[in-house]
Amino acid sequence: MKLAELAAPRQDYSYGFLDAFAKRELRRRMLKAIAIPGYQVTYASRELPIARGWGTGGLQVTLSLAGPDDVLKVIDQGADDSVNAANLRRFIARMTGVATTTDACRATIIQSRHRVPEERLRERQALVLQVPDPEPLRHVEPNMSRAREMHADADYALMWLSLYEQLVRFKQFIGGASYPVMVHQRYLMSPSPIPRWDTPTLHQAPHLTLLSAGREKRLYAVPPYTDVYPIEFADVHFRVESQADRVCANTGAAHKYMDEVPQPDGTSLFRLSDTGYAEKLIKRLRGETVKIGPTYYDSNGEFYKPGYLKSRDGQDIEL
Amino acid sequence: MAATMFDAPRLVITRPLLQARGLVKRYGRLTAVDGVDVTVYPGEMLGIVGESGSGKSTVLRLLNLEEATDGGEYYLDLPEYDGVNLFDLDRYHRREVRINQIGIVYQNPHLGLRMRTTSSGNVAERLIMAGERTFATLRRTARESLAVSEFPLDRMDDLPIRLSGGMQQRVQLAKAIALKPAALLLDEPTTGLDVSVQALVLDTLIRLRRELRIATVIVSHDLGVIRTLADRVMVMRRGCVVEQGLTDQVLDDPQHPYTQQLVHAKL
Repeated sequence: MKLAELAAPRQDYSYGFLDAFAKRELRRRMLKAIAIPGYQVTYASRELPIARGWGTGGLQVTLSLAGPDDVLKVIDQGADDSVNAANLRRFIARMTGVATTTDACRATIIQSRHRVPEERLRERQALVLQVPDPEPLRHVEPNMSRAREMHADADYALMWLSLYEQLVRFKQFIGGASYPVMVHQRYLMSPSPIPRWDTPTLHQAPHLTLLSAGREKRLYAVPPYTDVYPIEFADVHFRVESQADRVCANTGAAHKYMDEVPQPDGTSLFRLSDTGYAEKLIKRLRGETVKIGPTYYDSNGEFYKPGYLKSRDGQDIEL
Repeated sequence: MAATMFDAPRLVITRPLLQARGLVKRYGRLTAVDGVDVTVYPGEMLGIVGESGSGKSTVLRLLNLEEATDGGEYYLDLPEYDGVNLFDLDRYHRREVRINQIGIVYQNPHLGLRMRTTSSGNVAERLIMAGERTFATLRRTARESLAVSEFPLDRMDDLPIRLSGGMQQRVQLAKAIALKPAALLLDEPTTGLDVSVQALVLDTLIRLRRELRIATVIVSHDLGVIRTLADRVMVMRRGCVVEQGLTDQVLDDPQHPYTQQLVHAKL
């Protein structure tokens, strides 16, 4: 008998591309991140066949989470069909044998860059967000050692000072995407560059959110049913981007997050940013039967947790 | 045998608000502060004078809990810190004491202020650190505090970098007193200001001392400032206190040769 006959048949790659040790390390780091909501856990970010900064963090998490029974959806800024999303989806499917979908309700793992689906996610779903910069304090404290001390002390005064400055100078909060949130009343967290529109969806969500930055080698998590509150003043509240008066040119949907499409005549059209959701709406318009889940914002733009968003319209700030 | 009861003098009844004993600070082989005791009563202003490098500012930094000591004890007579040596506190509690109970004005405004944050924001920072999260309150308290330190309110949203030296000192002062601290530390607050502005800032300080019953330590090499403001004075040299007593007594009748030299060196 020869050694070659006893050995397992040769494979080109390990299951899920990463070797067993890498996957085990990532899973352990994820467990730690889930145990300490919002806390940034370091990990040894592995080399992958895509460049750092193109979703390697999210990709490593997805590869170590996925099993053959999983159903995968990959989103890039709401779109399922962008080059980046398509490449990641093909790579993950090839390495793990998962089924792929564009339907947020059907997916068990959703890897996303900068968007959360419009339809409400459920229990036993995992949302993996790609993070370019995990440190929410970077703007106020460039020294990262000091920033880590501030996290340890829960000393986030400088964030509220920057809010104060924004109100004094601009009479409103000017934070756009990646609006900092307090997780579980303890850690300040950058929710990755999702628009403010998506930030409230993380609060007391039934699904697990994993956020991973491959270049910065840090991952953190929002476990299911965890408090997530955007930073705000007691009397001046966080607001989401107004989508009022915007109607999707393809589906007629309103009060959802829209992409603006400039037209040659100088006007703009609006289109649903979430293409998976748009696809379902179009199918329904054609008369096909599709199951569309409840959305985070209803057709009047009300968030599904009443009272969570304290202000919808602009406030007048008295200086 | 019935003893005749007398009321003790007020200073004996009143306990010192700020008390530090045996302060020691070494930088390598250099001993910057060598066994200095500081005692300040509520509403009193203690002056520390001495030449450059005598350890005055180091004493102030130690009292502000900015640096680790190499020895000594530090007590504030407050209910929540009764019998607690502040040097023994961990970083987290030290920060609480610094924010709530100690205000400091540095000679160099760049040390005490964020130059790229509005003046009102600099004052509001103190309140935010203490946990205030209401914008209207922050705004109102910052305005009040700036008004108390006689800062022109129409410039409260200007960046400190665009203000004059005297105004920067007033912002620092407003920030220091924003939370009504137990102790106020002034490190050469008027040095570098021209004489007329200096007089205005001194007026403000005198008024504040009268209005707020806080323990103040002022460090200066300007004996004129010390004579105007301080109730008691401590003369430091090479990290040690060489003479101390009531201001008039020490400055008019100096006993130690170094103090005599210092008083006579005045132009």
